[in-house]
Amino acid sequence: MTALLTIIIVLFVAVAIWQLIKIFDLAQVGASNTQIADDKDNKMNGYLMMGFLAFIYIITILCFWYLGDLPLMSNSASEHGPGIDNLMAISMVVIFIVQTVTQFLLHYFAFKYKGEKGRKALFYADNNTLEAIWTGIPVIVLAGLIIYGLFTWNDIMNVDDQEDPLIVELYAQQFNWKARYGGEDNVLGKANVRLIDLDRANILGVDEGDPNAQDDVIVTELHLPVNRPVLFKMRSQDVLHSAYMPHFRAQMNCVPGMVTQFGFTPTVTTADMRETEDMKDKVLNINKIRTEKSKELTANGEEALEPYEFDYLLICNKICGKSHYNMQMKIIVETEEEYNAWMAEQTTFAKSLN
Amino acid sequence: MSATVDTHNHDDHDVHHHKETFVTKYIFSQDHKMIAKQYLITGVIVMGIIGILMSLMIRMQIAWPEQPNAVFQALLGKWAPEGVMDADIYLALVTIHGTLMVFFVLTAGLSGTFSNLLIPLQIGARDMASGFLNMVSYWLFFVSCVVMILSFFVEMGPAAAGWTIYPPLSALPMAQPGSGTGMTMWLVSMAIFIASSLLGSLNYIVTVLNLRTKGMSMTRLPLTIWAFFITAVIGVISFPVLLSAALLLIMDRSFGTSFFLSDIFIQGEVLHYQGGSPVLYEHLFWFLGHPEVYIVLLPALGITSEIIATNSRKPIFGYRAMILSILAIAFLSTIVWGHHMFVSGMNPFLGSVFTFTTLLIAIPSAVKAFNYITTLWKGNLQMNPAMLFSIGLVSTFITGGLTGIILGDSALDINVHDTYFVVAHFHLVMGISALYGVFAGIYHWFPKMFGRMMNKNLGYIHFWITAVCAYGVFFPMHFIGMAGLPRRYYTNSNFPLFDDTADTQVVITVFALIAGLAQIVFLYNFISSIFYGKKAEQNPWRSNTLEWTAPVEHMHGNWPGEIPHVHRWPYDYSKPGHDEDFVPQNVPMKEGEEELHH
Repeated sequence: MTALLTIIIVLFVAVAIWQLIKIFDLAQVGASNTQIADDKDNKMNGYLMMGFLAFIYIITILCFWYLGDLPLMSNSASEHGPGIDNLMAISMVVIFIVQTVTQFLLHYFAFKYKGEKGRKALFYADNNTLEAIWTGIPVIVLAGLIIYGLFTWNDIMNVDDQEDPLIVELYAQQFNWKARYGGEDNVLGKANVRLIDLDRANILGVDEGDPNAQDDVIVTELHLPVNRPVLFKMRSQDVLHSAYMPHFRAQMNCVPGMVTQFGFTPTVTTADMRETEDMKDKVLNINKIRTEKSKELTANGEEALEPYEFDYLLICNKICGKSHYNMQMKIIVETEEEYNAWMAEQTTFAKSLN
Repeated sequence: MSATVDTHNHDDHDVHHHKETFVTKYIFSQDHKMIAKQYLITGVIVMGIIGILMSLMIRMQIAWPEQPNAVFQALLGKWAPEGVMDADIYLALVTIHGTLMVFFVLTAGLSGTFSNLLIPLQIGARDMASGFLNMVSYWLFFVSCVVMILSFFVEMGPAAAGWTIYPPLSALPMAQPGSGTGMTMWLVSMAIFIASSLLGSLNYIVTVLNLRTKGMSMTRLPLTIWAFFITAVIGVISFPVLLSAALLLIMDRSFGTSFFLSDIFIQGEVLHYQGGSPVLYEHLFWFLGHPEVYIVLLPALGITSEIIATNSRKPIFGYRAMILSILAIAFLSTIVWGHHMFVSGMNPFLGSVFTFTTLLIAIPSAVKAFNYITTLWKGNLQMNPAMLFSIGLVSTFITGGLTGIILGDSALDINVHDTYFVVAHFHLVMGISALYGVFAGIYHWFPKMFGRMMNKNLGYIHFWITAVCAYGVFFPMHFIGMAGLPRRYYTNSNFPLFDDTADTQVVITVFALIAGLAQIVFLYNFISSIFYGKKAEQNPWRSNTLEWTAPVEHMHGNWPGEIPHVHRWPYDYSKPGHDEDFVPQNVPMKEGEEELHH
């Protein structure tokens, strides 16, 4: 239905453009048209410049009004998240101010100084003070942002071994994720894709002879205890993937042939996140959209969509082939007890081998 | 200077003694003006149409995922069974759209057209330093276009690993169908393309350095020439690195080496590769890839500088600051590539370094933007279509450039890397801005190229629809990117989490389709004006630069008599003490007239 409507709109616009062309062509018959802008053109386009400025402001306001809830700038679920969100907010404010002012100057000048026959422009070629001002101000503002940014970056990327983080391996392959825990000893057994033995169900290439590997646990759903630092070790068996966990403000590529890492501390359990006001609104809205869509689907004899319930996700964010668009793993953040209970149910690597 | 004069005489000699055939005039031409037109038609018009059509198909797929569509059926054939686009071909479209637009349209098309047309004409030279190399450069480009287009007709489809073709995805035929013959053709096409680009760039550099007419010192060069010159220098520095990356990738693909590959298990078997690293490829790619952004952008900014000054009837504000900022951008552009790799797994310390250098580049960019705005101040603005596109360029350059502050900040990049936020950012700052530069250039120099004027009213319609739609497409896109929506997804329907972005995607696609229609207006205007446009006068925009002192009719050697000598910088617009509001560069100084500000 939307497709049909859009095609109609597009056709309508096409006809409108065609009509405009004809009108302009007719208007030019007999007129001495040099195809160089005259005062009338300058005036019309000068006013359109102001109109365009208004359009930029309006589209900005509309986007904030209708889409303002979309950006992940609050309600983060990791310890370092608010740091990124703050920096983002500050950067956005800076951008917003500069954008508003410079676009105003640009379009206002284009309107104010639109050409008139006989007027002469001001011969004004240079001013070192002005150049110094608009070199200096960006230097100061950017210096602030750079320093804030670097502190935030170092905080995030420096892994503190003193904190005894939970070690989890994220293992990527076309087109799914696996996670491996270090088990009782919290040490991952050695692994290499050359050790993969599908007959023995050793799908991650874990070294069967490594004593540290025996108690490793391999799962397809990532569970994390709340408030305990986690250090992810990423591997990929085939092509580049990227482990993207937007709600935790976390991302790192998975590179075949090397182990990359990213650490963070989840601070909000899945259950608590579902109960936050922001998330309730979001889920309500999404389910409204899904119900609407389901009506359309059932009318066509197709299956209705399932209602949506919020879950943290790990999604692939580096082009990796055909099903790149559907490479995801559910993440569940839970209390220490729930986590331990879940972990107790899992089979260790040694027991999982055929 | 005597050497230069000698060359001129020699050229005159040539002009008189060679009879031109159809083949030497229109096909294997060595004349820079004809080569510029060849680049314009092949690079900008033909490849541009293909690239834009692809982007519209991508947009339709995103807005109405997995729905049958007659357009897909007609254009994609077997890759859209019953009109539903295949997921592999979606990635191929994304890949080839990026490749065509970045390299073929905005590198070869933009530089090829305007550097070729304007360098000899604006510096006062009979032709390029080597007409033969110039011809070879064009025909290599033509061959690379043909190879790239032909890759759509191979069994398994064209390259589909993204325009950055990161290995191992691009290296292993079993990783995706597009990494078979299609990828080989992509690499071959790009290798030929780079050879073409290098020949062109060397020619531009040598011409600017050696063939300037008498009086045309480096500080009297129009900013267009400065931009083209520095662009060529960046190209010569960075393109060979991409060539080496492409060659090493060919070795890995076809000869079993392991430069970029190690420890791979795919489709049930372990491959022999050991010791290489995809991260090395990323470094090599982005060592070109980032300067490439400025290879695309600088010529557009150069064109804008010229057009804004001419149509404001005012000197460009801060001529020296503009040159310095071009130089600063060129230098910095070669040491910022790592900001594409913050989360690639490279040492986080490098991330800090690249954040620092990246944000520095905002400073010369800001200087340029402010100088453009000040040039408008108290001007007498002639709103020709070229001027509108130039003002539009400054507007999108600011909007798109500002979000670079977020992406260049390693800490913030973590959460917006590879999302639609990136797509919105680079399309505005380099895609749309550079395209505006191309359009501005075409409207402005059409009389020089074809001896006729383009229709201004169609130009106005073209600009205003395009300008509104460009914001309509890319402004909301920032928001869905910040919601965490990854780019290059065939459909988002597997993520209920992103269902609330679906409506916005439809709005964006509608804007994109309307923008596509507006380009038909341009195409109609362009083609019909070549044949039926109003005949142009010699200097329709009352401009100062030397190309407008050459006769409207094209001739070998550009000027019938002696090459004009230059007595002043190119921006003496509305200079006090002169009756006219422009004083061409070849007009001698009046007695007691001061040469100001350069």
